[in-house]
Amino acid sequence: MNKFTKYFYTICVYFFLYLPIAIVIVFSFNNAKHSLVWQGFTFKWYASLFNDSAMLRVAWHSLILGVLAATIATIIGTLAAVSLFRYRFFGKKILHGLIFILILTPEIVTAISLLLLYSFLKIPLGFWTLLLAHTALCVPFVAVTVYSRITTLDTDIFEAAMDLGATDFTIFRKIIIPLLLPAIASGWLLSFTLSLDDVIISYFVSGPSFDILPLKIYSMVRLGVKPEVNALCTLMLAFTLFAVITTYQSIFKKKPS
Amino acid sequence: MNKNIIELFGVSKKFENYQALQETTISIKHGEFITLLGPSGCGKTTLLRLISGFDKPDTGKIFIDGRDVTDLPPEKRHLNMVFQSYALFPHMTVYDNVAFGLRCKKVSETEIQKRVTNVLRMVKLEALHDRKPSQLSGGQQQRVAIARAVVNEPIVLLLDEPLSALDYNLRKSMQLELKQLQRRLGITFIFVTHDQEEALSMSDRVAIMNEGYIEQLGTPKDVYEEPASLYVADFIGEANIFTTEILETYDNKLVIEIEGKRIALNNKKDFEVKQKVHIIMRPEDITVWGENEITPEESKNMLPGTVEQVIYKGSTVDLIVRLPSEKKILAAEFFNEDDEKLDYHTTEKVWIDWIPGWEVILPYEEKI
Repeated sequence: MNKFTKYFYTICVYFFLYLPIAIVIVFSFNNAKHSLVWQGFTFKWYASLFNDSAMLRVAWHSLILGVLAATIATIIGTLAAVSLFRYRFFGKKILHGLIFILILTPEIVTAISLLLLYSFLKIPLGFWTLLLAHTALCVPFVAVTVYSRITTLDTDIFEAAMDLGATDFTIFRKIIIPLLLPAIASGWLLSFTLSLDDVIISYFVSGPSFDILPLKIYSMVRLGVKPEVNALCTLMLAFTLFAVITTYQSIFKKKPS
Repeated sequence: MNKNIIELFGVSKKFENYQALQETTISIKHGEFITLLGPSGCGKTTLLRLISGFDKPDTGKIFIDGRDVTDLPPEKRHLNMVFQSYALFPHMTVYDNVAFGLRCKKVSETEIQKRVTNVLRMVKLEALHDRKPSQLSGGQQQRVAIARAVVNEPIVLLLDEPLSALDYNLRKSMQLELKQLQRRLGITFIFVTHDQEEALSMSDRVAIMNEGYIEQLGTPKDVYEEPASLYVADFIGEANIFTTEILETYDNKLVIEIEGKRIALNNKKDFEVKQKVHIIMRPEDITVWGENEITPEESKNMLPGTVEQVIYKGSTVDLIVRLPSEKKILAAEFFNEDDEKLDYHTTEKVWIDWIPGWEVILPYEEKI
């Protein structure tokens, strides 16, 4: 491949991946209600977004839901990964396989099965059903992220700790958790973003009492893409990037080279 | 000093279908530096792990300091282990690594500081106490691993190939340091290695292991000069092995035939006529004579040969000599006042002999 085609190919890939995102960002500043033509720079869509109290409430709901679901999923997923790595127990292999099946399961299947479960148990749809659904969605992702990191650790260090008289709990607290912190943080962030933008499962298990952002956006774009949506998406992107970068700086950079 | 600190009775271990350790009985004395030596898969690490408590034996009993510890977990055995990979905690400083064991035992921080500082001074790492393991060299990491173990004042220190990751020069100096440390602490070291030179130079006693057995347990001098089996002779140092049959015996002598020459040797082990034996000779026990150095009368008791290769080694010259039967033997000739030149060249005709009585005679073994 000559130099030109190589660069051309690379540029195409970047365009394909990032152009849609760039367009959303650019049009969130476009001073035109419907036009796809650049009409000048404005902040007014952001202003109208922040003046929309209903929108802010929905965003707040999503934030709460995301933080809670990610935190619970991170705790469960980390414990699952550590148990799978450290201990032998009945059904270990099945559990290990099931985690991957959960990741591969089409979301629509998860959504419908959860809906069936809730209606069978007669749980009213709302915050709790969403939290449970999002947690269940995120647990396998955390487990896989943490597990892949834990397998890179030298198992001798656990034996060394045992040899020095550490209990299982001390090993978990003083050695496993600090060493897995980067993976645990990645798992949490992944969970948070999964929760923040999940439409399919949320659509099935949410109720009118608790609106969340992805569903709100989905309902807004059904009536045509409004510039406020562009602004909202840009804010979400900025927020996520900020979270990723600060986590990277505080945890990954500290790791000795 | 002569008290047994560790006693194993009929201890064995099987992993799935693989017998890692055959029934083994061994006593290790207090203050002794003992090495488990053998190639990978010989059971030396298994034996160490059984003593440490990381694995449980299938049969047998383990006693430490007179106490039956067979069913006790590692932390209740008063011994500590140094791992091949060092197994330092990468997220902790040198100080925290060394203090870890004491903190687990809830020792007070002032006491911890005193003991950790002492141990770090002993391994010459005081100045590096706030470094992370990744900021240390291999030899320094090794010393942290040792400090982390000995700060707990174990009665026995177990070392699983601790020097194998270091380069040659560093390994040499760490060998000396370890030996000095062991003398200073006065505790038992059980050291696992596959390096026979390391084993010979450091140990009070060496256990040579093969396929889950201890083939021989003895001082370095014993196992080198009086190997109990062909395996030991071959594994420790270089050995020239002749396989032959005893022709006759008389007056504590036995007569064999090597390369068509009848040779009488001391019969130390009551071998019988017609018994097949191996004659083992170390290269340094063999003397190589040039044709003009000896008389025809003297050559009657020597083996003829041709120099095949000359390997100059500085303090010695190693010769590969081809005997009439095409068998090749290795001879190491030292420079000394009588024979300063050691001037051999290939295809030169030579005569070889050895100091009578320095050969080792072993009964015939099928496998070599």
